Amino acid sequence: MTTGLFFVQALNGLQLGILLFLLAAGLTLVFGIMNFVNLAHGSLYMMGAYFGAATFNATGSFVLAAIVAVPATMLLGVVVERVALIRLYHRDHLDQVLATFGLILFFNELVRIVWGPGAQFMSPPEALSGSVEFAGLRYPAYRFAIIAVGLAVAAGLYVLIHRTRVGMLIRAGATHPDVVAALGVNVRRLNTLVFGLGAGLAGLAGVMAGPILAVQPGMGEPILILTLVVIVTGGIGSIRGAFYGALIVGTVDTIGRAFLPTILREFLERSLAQAAGPAIASMLIYVLMAVVLAIRPQGLFPVRNA
Amino acid sequence: MSAGGSFVTLRRVVAATVIVLLALVPVIASAIGEPYYVTLFTRILILALAAVGLNLILGYGGLVSFGHAMYVGIGAYSVGILSHYGIGNGWVHLAAALLVGGLVGVVIGFICLRTSGMAFIMITLAFAQMLYFLAISLKTFGGDDGLTISARSDFGLFSLRSNVALYYAAFAVLMATLAALARLVHSRFGMVIRGGRSNERRMAALGFPMLRYKLTAYVISALVCVVAGVLLANLTKFAAPSYMAWQASGDLIVMIVLGGMGTVLGPVVGALALIVIEEILTAWTTHWMIVLGPVIVLIVLTAKKGIYGYIVERDARRQSP
Repeated sequence: MTTGLFFVQALNGLQLGILLFLLAAGLTLVFGIMNFVNLAHGSLYMMGAYFGAATFNATGSFVLAAIVAVPATMLLGVVVERVALIRLYHRDHLDQVLATFGLILFFNELVRIVWGPGAQFMSPPEALSGSVEFAGLRYPAYRFAIIAVGLAVAAGLYVLIHRTRVGMLIRAGATHPDVVAALGVNVRRLNTLVFGLGAGLAGLAGVMAGPILAVQPGMGEPILILTLVVIVTGGIGSIRGAFYGALIVGTVDTIGRAFLPTILREFLERSLAQAAGPAIASMLIYVLMAVVLAIRPQGLFPVRNA
Repeated sequence: MSAGGSFVTLRRVVAATVIVLLALVPVIASAIGEPYYVTLFTRILILALAAVGLNLILGYGGLVSFGHAMYVGIGAYSVGILSHYGIGNGWVHLAAALLVGGLVGVVIGFICLRTSGMAFIMITLAFAQMLYFLAISLKTFGGDDGLTISARSDFGLFSLRSNVALYYAAFAVLMATLAALARLVHSRFGMVIRGGRSNERRMAALGFPMLRYKLTAYVISALVCVVAGVLLANLTKFAAPSYMAWQASGDLIVMIVLGGMGTVLGPVVGALALIVIEEILTAWTTHWMIVLGPVIVLIVLTAKKGIYGYIVERDARRQSP
């Protein structure tokens, strides 16, 4: 029973990690290539979820919701980038943080006006509504699907960045933007492309999270903070760091919340454990981040600069 | 018009006007029969105090902490938790708050200051979030709902029971902090911090142990926010996790940028402007955030120096033609 439970929680952690990776990949790419920090990335995730939920409520089809939500978020990201963010690339980080902070307030209020303050609901597609059984354990098929899609995206990103011409430009743009521009590459278009890609991934994360989390105003912020922890732990600007960082943070957070209160009960008085367990569990990933930074300020998997 | 080097500069006029008007708020409020303004302006003074504290590292030191609301929260929860256990003495509240805030500031500051730039912003934000979730998980102290405080801190010699007394206490603390900060930033210590902002490597090469200087500045700015938190808990008789929410940290930064980074009085002007804008927007629509968001974006894009910062710069231009 306990090993089974542990296994299920580990899968939950993996699934959270995959969602975090989809967000962290976009954020870290934008940071790596444009030296830009986009706190509104969580808002793009929220908008993806809302686009998905709206389509789902109109048509009843999850597949259609995903097909609409991802390009719609991508488009929204490109519009936001062209209208507001492009003016901020050469500003310092403080201005970027503040402007995207303003965007978060705007988007949160926008969904509150359009869809109301309550939560929207989405259900997973019919084919994935059951659960999968293996090794005597049952696990929801939909959560398996999230893990599978996330791993496929990770593989696709790896191929895109390391095996294609665009990927080569992205990597070059991250380390030597001036040289890339001097060689005749349209860096502005490259930036928009990367931003759109990141927005699309955030939208995908949002629509996939729709059926398992509440789609509501402000849903982007908690996950944005987790994503920042992932990026800092993994190493800012590194996709590899984002991947491993996301898996570590997702697993530690989920396992910690599930088992720490029980484990503490072995050592502490029951009432004390009941109070301290959730408190420590909620702090666990931040402590992890602090330990990583105390030992390696660059993060676990920093970008290897030439 | 005025001769170069004139004593009566626009900056001095604005500063004096702001301070005199703030000193007269309770008088004006009672004259026009709107006691609500005393509470509103107490909140402005308290947030201005926190912003002034943050400005020491953000404006002068170039260290963008996106988590200073956590120190406001520490101050508020120190009052809340001690009152919860029946300890009403204000000096004990203040001492406990400063002690806890100082310890947390040293530890978190030391970890955060190992990084710089973007990572520093993210880490300070993450640590503030950690304390936020800690406060939520403390069910004994209200958890998500926050902690009601039965009475204001008892400082013995003077009482904070009336709103006007609390207003003038906040006013006195703010003025004392401004005076101390004005001296601090022109002292040798302040020069080292400002030097670190423009070129940290050079400061290190000159032999200054920069981590020690930055950590000291970080802890001082944290302690100012802790005091603001103690006052805030006294104003609202309430300590809530939302005091530490990351939007609260963001608001502090907006105040500083709006008023003028790296100017002594800038954050006060910024706090006044932001809260007044918020009040006007709230009176106008419940969805005021949809206006405030783009306003913040516009402020960032256009007003780089901030309101008070612009005035300071204008005077500086006139004085040295």
